[in-house]
Amino acid sequence: MKIYDEEKALLEGLAGGDTDAIEKIYRENYPVIQAFIVKNNGYADDARDIFQEAMIVLFEKAKTDSFVLTCQIKTYLYSVCKRLWLKKLQKEDRYNPSIEMIKETVPVEEEIEFHEKKNDEFLLMESAMQKIGEPCKSLLEAFYIKKMSMPEIAGLFGYTNADNAKTQKYKCLVRLKKIFFAQYKNG
Amino acid sequence: MEENILLDAVERYRNGEMSSEEKAYFEDLRKNNADIDQIAVEHSFFLGELAQLSERKNLKHKLDLVESKLENEGVLAAKERKTSAKIFYLWNRSKRTIAVAACIAGLVSLSTATFVSVYSDKKNVAAITPLVDNKLHQIEHKINQIESKLNDANTASIKPKFEANFRATGFLIDGAGYIITNAHVVNNAKNIIVENKKGDQFFADAVYSNIASDLAILKIVDTAFKKLNSLPYSFPKSNADLAEPIFTLGYPREEVVYGEGYLSAKSGYSGDTTSYQISISANPGNSGGPVLNSNGEVIGIISSKETNADGVVFAIKSNNIYTAIKDVKRTQDSTIKLSSTNSLKGLNRVQQIKKLEDYIYKVKGN
Repeated sequence: MKIYDEEKALLEGLAGGDTDAIEKIYRENYPVIQAFIVKNNGYADDARDIFQEAMIVLFEKAKTDSFVLTCQIKTYLYSVCKRLWLKKLQKEDRYNPSIEMIKETVPVEEEIEFHEKKNDEFLLMESAMQKIGEPCKSLLEAFYIKKMSMPEIAGLFGYTNADNAKTQKYKCLVRLKKIFFAQYKNG
Repeated sequence: MEENILLDAVERYRNGEMSSEEKAYFEDLRKNNADIDQIAVEHSFFLGELAQLSERKNLKHKLDLVESKLENEGVLAAKERKTSAKIFYLWNRSKRTIAVAACIAGLVSLSTATFVSVYSDKKNVAAITPLVDNKLHQIEHKINQIESKLNDANTASIKPKFEANFRATGFLIDGAGYIITNAHVVNNAKNIIVENKKGDQFFADAVYSNIASDLAILKIVDTAFKKLNSLPYSFPKSNADLAEPIFTLGYPREEVVYGEGYLSAKSGYSGDTTSYQISISANPGNSGGPVLNSNGEVIGIISSKETNADGVVFAIKSNNIYTAIKDVKRTQDSTIKLSSTNSLKGLNRVQQIKKLEDYIYKVKGN
C-alpha cells in the first residue's frame, strides 16, 4: 500500500510538472533503461532520448483524469522504453536481438500510438509556425506557448496598446490555422 | 472583423472567461447556426492543439532541466552534441586527413574509454588547434568511444564510488610507483586512479603522455602506496622474434584476465615499425597491458586491434619505453629507472603469473 501511495504522489507530481517528482523518477528508473538500451545495440545518448520520450508518454497518461495505476512506474517505463527502442531499431534496420532482460512488461501499444500521433501533430504545428514568418511566429509563441499576457506582448513587440496586438494576433492565428489545417487534412 | 469576434468568443468560451449570460447566448448561437458551430468546433480543436504544444514544450523544458542537473552529478552520461558533424567536417576538408583518418578507423583502441564529456565540453571545442595530429586524435577518441561503448556495454551500468568513465590496463616499470599505459587511455582524463589486484586504489598523475608513441607514464601520488624494491620483469632493448610465444595480463573485465598468443609480425598497422603485430585475444580494457615472452621479459604494450579482422592486435615495442623515460628526464627532475632484473625466467606460466599479477594495475579515471 505504501508503494502505491508513493507512486501515486509521484505521478501527481509529474502531471503537475513538479521537477522534484521528475527527478525522483529519473533517478529510480533511468539506470535500468540505460543498461537495457546499451545492452541492445544502443548508446547512452539513445537511452536519454528514449527515456525522455517515455517520460512524456507517462506524463500524458498521468494527467488524464481516468488514469489508474495498474502497474508500478518502473514496469510501465520499462515497457514503454522497450517498445520504443525496439521500434527504433527495426525502423533503422539495426534490429539484432541480443541480451534481453527478463522483466515484466505491460501492453503499451495504444499509448505509444497515441503519443506518436501527437508527435506528428506537434511537428505539423511547428512547421506551420515556421511558415507564417515573423513577427507572427514570435507573437503567437509568446501568447499561446509562453502564455504571456496581451499587455506584456504589446510592450515586447512595440504595439501601442494591447488591442492592436490582439488584432494582429488574430490575423496571425487565422494564417497559422489555414496552413495547419491544409497540412493536417492532407496528411 | 466579424470573424475575429467569433474567434475571440470561441477562445473565451474555451477558457471559461464568459459570463453565464454570454455563455448561454453563445451556446444558443451555435445551436442555431451550423456554420458558426463548425467554426467553433474547428477553432476549439486548433486552440487545443496549441495548448497541448505549449504543455509539451513546458514539460520538455523541465525534463531537460532535470537531465542537466543529473548530468552534472554524473547520474546521466553527457550528450555528445554535434560531434558527428565535426567528424564529417574533417572528412570533407582534406584528402590527407581522410587518408589518415581511414587508417585510424581500421584500428580500435583497446581502452574502455568512454570519454563522453570530453567533446561536448566547451573548453575542448574551443581548444581545437590546426595540428593535424590533434584532430586525428579526436577522431581516434571518437572511434574509441563508439567502439568501446559497443564492445563494453557493461561499463555503462557500473557505478563505482569513483565515477570512472574509462578502464584500461597499466603496469609498473619502476617500483617507486611509475606505471606505463597508453596515452590514449589517460589523455583528457581529469582524475586517474590505479587499482591493483587486491583492490587497493591509488591516485596517480600522468607525468608523461605522448600521443605519437601512444605511451603515457603515470606516477602514483598516493602516500598509501608502498614502494617496491624490484619488479619481476625486465625490458629487452632488442626486437622480439617472429613466432615467439607471448602472453598478457589485463583488465578487459573488472577482474584480471590472462591471454596468450604469438608474435605475428615485426611491424604494426600499415608497416609501423615502432610496434608489433601479435595474435592474441584482446578486448577493450586490454590497452596498456604488458606483452611478455616466455622468459618474462616485457616486449611490448598492447595498444589497439584491427576492427575488421579477428586476433590482429598491435603492441608498442618496449624499446619505446626507454625513449619515453629519456623524454621525461629531459623535461623534469625524475629518478625513474626501468627495472632490469628478471625473476620470472625458468618458472612455469602459473608461477610466472602469480609473481606478475601484483604489478599489473587497472587504470581508471574520468
